[in-house]
Amino acid sequence: MISANLSAVFYLISGILFILALRGLSSPDTSRQGNYFGIAGMIIAIIVTFLSVGNFSTSLIYVVIFLLIGGAIGAFIAFRIPMTAMPELVAGFHSLVGLAAVFVAVAAFLNPEAFNLGVVGGIKLASLIEMSIGAAVGAITFSGSIIAFLKLRGIMSGSPITFGGQHILNLILGIGIFVLIYYLCNTQSANIFWTVIIISFIVGVLLIIPIGGADMPVVISMLNSYSGWAAAGIGFTLENTALIITGALVGSSGAILSYIMCTAMNRSFVSVILGGFGADSSSDNTKEKEDQKPVKSGNAEDAAFLMKNASSVIIVPGYGMAVAQAQHALREMVDKLKKNDIKVTYAIHPVAGRMPGHMNVLLAEANVPYDEVFELEDINNDFANSDVAFVIGANDVTNPVAKTDPKSPIFGMPVLDVEKCKSVLFVKRSLSPGYAGIDNELFYKDNTLMLFADAKKMTEDIVKNLD
Amino acid sequence: MEIDPFIFRLSIFILSIFIGYYVVWSVTPSLHTPLMSVTNAISSVIIVGAIIAALAGSSESAFDISSIFGFLAIVLAAINIFGGFLVTQRMLQMYKKKKDKKK
Repeated sequence: MISANLSAVFYLISGILFILALRGLSSPDTSRQGNYFGIAGMIIAIIVTFLSVGNFSTSLIYVVIFLLIGGAIGAFIAFRIPMTAMPELVAGFHSLVGLAAVFVAVAAFLNPEAFNLGVVGGIKLASLIEMSIGAAVGAITFSGSIIAFLKLRGIMSGSPITFGGQHILNLILGIGIFVLIYYLCNTQSANIFWTVIIISFIVGVLLIIPIGGADMPVVISMLNSYSGWAAAGIGFTLENTALIITGALVGSSGAILSYIMCTAMNRSFVSVILGGFGADSSSDNTKEKEDQKPVKSGNAEDAAFLMKNASSVIIVPGYGMAVAQAQHALREMVDKLKKNDIKVTYAIHPVAGRMPGHMNVLLAEANVPYDEVFELEDINNDFANSDVAFVIGANDVTNPVAKTDPKSPIFGMPVLDVEKCKSVLFVKRSLSPGYAGIDNELFYKDNTLMLFADAKKMTEDIVKNLD
Repeated sequence: MEIDPFIFRLSIFILSIFIGYYVVWSVTPSLHTPLMSVTNAISSVIIVGAIIAALAGSSESAFDISSIFGFLAIVLAAINIFGGFLVTQRMLQMYKKKKDKKK
């Protein structure tokens, strides 16, 4: 058994290693090393915990067994999961963190002696507040992530579910949680503790159901943040520095990602949370426009011809590419183009896909070198000097209406200036508007050629025609 | 008068938020997905609480109600730790520079 001071020092070290793990992600070169720091921090934290409890009874064997069971499941998932399923996986993992936080809080409530928090019915006030906040946030994270998971997995429809009085109900439940925690502190009643957790589960569900599919990048980041705050809450209860540091890191990381995602959509965080965006997709003028304007459509042969004669091509991938699993075919196409000495780069909008960095991972999976992939602000000026923009599975993020029409719901959102290219190839299944429910002006521009097909099939056809 | 230890923890917490803020802003956008999976893995350090709870069971019965919750939390956190770090590693392996590719 090691002293409390010594174990606190080791927890601090593992906290620092976690900071370095995140720091490593500032560049792909250092990122792998960063991940090892993270693993080292985790191993230190776990070993120190064993040593500080120092109770090597039969329980220890069970702890190791359960650790290995969980580890085996985790490793199995990590190796088997396809990269396109990353958003669901991350949502699923968030839910586990949330539920683990709830369980630890419950264990601490039922057996406070083990954690030095007082006795049953006489838990220290501060600890009680901390553990109920940890449990409540954990429960919200859990049920919210489950809903996000179901939506991303397509088990539940991605469209927003709204009903009258939704926000008022959420508000009442939210206030209710605080009132209950207040009473819990006065009475130490287990029933109130359970009620807090149950209400929090409900709040988590209610928070996420009104948020539509394409707002998922914000939702995932937000849940990431919540899972951090839940861990920090438990960290305060357990008086554990590693947990407090990690919770704060994860909490602020998720918050920053949500902020980045919101700015990239020019929406306020509040409006995303309130949800319902994209529910009423039939704005009046959309339908009429579709009938009037002529659209040029082409086939794979035309596209191949255009690209062969170009000297520079910019690829704009979006969620549609992920759905169609077209990244490998796309890479093949790019290889062919490069053989003809055509310069090819990729332009990625921050909210392309269903989670932050989604497109980057898919392209990396298809062996696209990361120094050919550029973010919006780094590449946006290049469109004007490029011959062909190849838009595959993206839609709203290319809509010039965001720059021209103040009445449009996406007005002010930063978009890729695709229309400035000499010609635009737009792979899409139909003319239907994107998630925001607005028509894309780009479809009707003179320099746009629509390629109506499944993204993967079209790309494969183009590859054939490039020979 | 002595300072409550809570204040020290609160200081650590607040300063860590600031560290998190600056560190995360320096993360390159193309690594935002690995960032999420690795934060997932590290927030599962909550397993320390789970282990304490699980080991608290008496020697006659390793499973009382509170340690059962501890054991369940261990499984959940362990899924996250192994899954989170391994999937991050898998993703990071894929990020390659141009020259690596053209052997």
